[in-house]
Amino acid sequence: MADIATRASYGRALADLGEKYMFAVMDADLSGSTQTKKFADKFPERFINCGIAEQNMIGVAAGIAATGMPVFASSFAMFASGRAYEQIRNSVGHTKLNVKICASHAGVTVGEDGATHQFCEDIAIMRSIPGMVVISPADDTEAYAAIEAILKYDGPVYCRLGRQAVPEVFDPATYKFELFKAVPLTQGDDCAVFAHGVMIDRALKACELLKTKGINISVIDTHTIKPLDENTVLEYAARTRNVVVVEEHSVIGGLGGAICELLSQKLPTPVTRLGINDVFGVSGKAGELLDYYGLSVDGIADAIRNSVKNKDGAQK
Amino acid sequence: MEQSKLLYLRKKAAQIRRLIIEGVYNAGSGHPGGSLSCADVMAYLYFEKMNVSAADPQDPGRDRFVLSKGHASPALYAALALRGYFPAEEIKTLRKLGSRLQGHPDMHTVPGVDMSTGSLGQGFSAACGMAKAAKITGAKYHVYTILGDGESQEGEVWEAAMFAAHYKLDNLTAFLDYNKLQIDGDVREVMNPDPLDEKFRAFGWEVRFIDGHDFRQIEAAVSSGVSGRPLMIICDTVKGKGVSFMENAVGWHGKAPKQPEYETAVKELESALEEFAEVE
Repeated sequence: MADIATRASYGRALADLGEKYMFAVMDADLSGSTQTKKFADKFPERFINCGIAEQNMIGVAAGIAATGMPVFASSFAMFASGRAYEQIRNSVGHTKLNVKICASHAGVTVGEDGATHQFCEDIAIMRSIPGMVVISPADDTEAYAAIEAILKYDGPVYCRLGRQAVPEVFDPATYKFELFKAVPLTQGDDCAVFAHGVMIDRALKACELLKTKGINISVIDTHTIKPLDENTVLEYAARTRNVVVVEEHSVIGGLGGAICELLSQKLPTPVTRLGINDVFGVSGKAGELLDYYGLSVDGIADAIRNSVKNKDGAQK
Repeated sequence: MEQSKLLYLRKKAAQIRRLIIEGVYNAGSGHPGGSLSCADVMAYLYFEKMNVSAADPQDPGRDRFVLSKGHASPALYAALALRGYFPAEEIKTLRKLGSRLQGHPDMHTVPGVDMSTGSLGQGFSAACGMAKAAKITGAKYHVYTILGDGESQEGEVWEAAMFAAHYKLDNLTAFLDYNKLQIDGDVREVMNPDPLDEKFRAFGWEVRFIDGHDFRQIEAAVSSGVSGRPLMIICDTVKGKGVSFMENAVGWHGKAPKQPEYETAVKELESALEEFAEVE
């Protein structure tokens, strides 16, 4: 199976869903990149290009949704969520309107474009909006299924999509996507690894590597970051007493932040947060950049091994 | 316009102004100046032009109204109350804890409010979205919106202006309440947006420039739309119109009258209303 970027899954899902459901799709001059073009080609009367004007795009999306028509609005994560933050907060969040902000090119895997285009704070700011659902699918199968799920969900959603092609994690023949429900992928008592998006594949590879060293971990695909699947997080934190979060996002305010907020109140547990350490990105190839920021398979495995060592030390 | 209709609309505008002062006085805060300046346009929309019904505020076929200058909420609430969406007495709860009459309009708490607004520029985009949605579905409703002149300093206004012309939203009519004052002073001194008529024309809009307190001019402008273009009606208005000491006074942008001021304002507005005692 060839690697597929989740933005491609998004475009395919829109084009397929357009046949069954009435909704509009908007873009801000990046329809080729975000893949909304697949929908635009098929349903031109329901596709609205706003030009390079993301603030107006979100405002218009809110107006369309206020008439009862769901809207998908897309751009790069930086501009869709960053540039238009206040429009999202006031015209979509506060109004609880049916706007799905599907933002591609999130994180450092944008690659060569560098710091101005690598948004690693999107989950933090979207998560802080009351009532906003925030999701980050792992692979083609999950992303494709997630788009239909968020269309059926009545309310604002932020969906994070990637530029970089990622390996298949789920079997499309058997995988049933459930919004708001984290998916344990492996079982092990030494550590619970929560991850989302492009990091799922690397977390699973780190899991394989660690198994050869006698360390068994649970990898949990936490595709819904808000509302967090608290029961699953608490269950695995209780079972392992050692949590590692792996995400292509700032260590501030992402899934790591969300899990710390939960555990600090309900089940104080040591948490290691792997992500972008409060710095801006740089140009480079997507895979190289993940390695550069410590998110290589080896880097993740080392961090998990250390967490296990610390846990064992603490127990002795 | 027939004399009877003119008197009726002037009466409604006077009633709106009376309720604006009642609301803002009881709240102890709010924006009387910019509410009073757009009261006539509001009266024209809710008592003459728009196809809306208090009995069915969510009717999908209704005309839409977006108060993009959301701080003029007292004017909108007054019009809705007088139109029967909720009791006029409720205006006294404006801005109070537990009231559905929030400081800025909330579509989920107030029947008849089609879009929550308050952050400037955003209502204009939303109005464009409603008009665009009708173009997609073939719905026949019309969308009306009111912007402030200070609001036109927001970049989003011009993004939306470009959008509306590009998508030929001739089912959209915008009023720009050109009252020439904003919080920090004269609009032209704070950040001059003039010439607004030429700017909107250059953006592809059909533009009218009228006296925003003259119902005959409002009516002529509203019915002068052309196919394929959005319509912008720039309304030359007096900020604080109808209350002598608030007129053209920048200090009354965002301040409530104290009791003696309230009493003076009420006396003026009540005597204006007496003129229409016989009008139905």
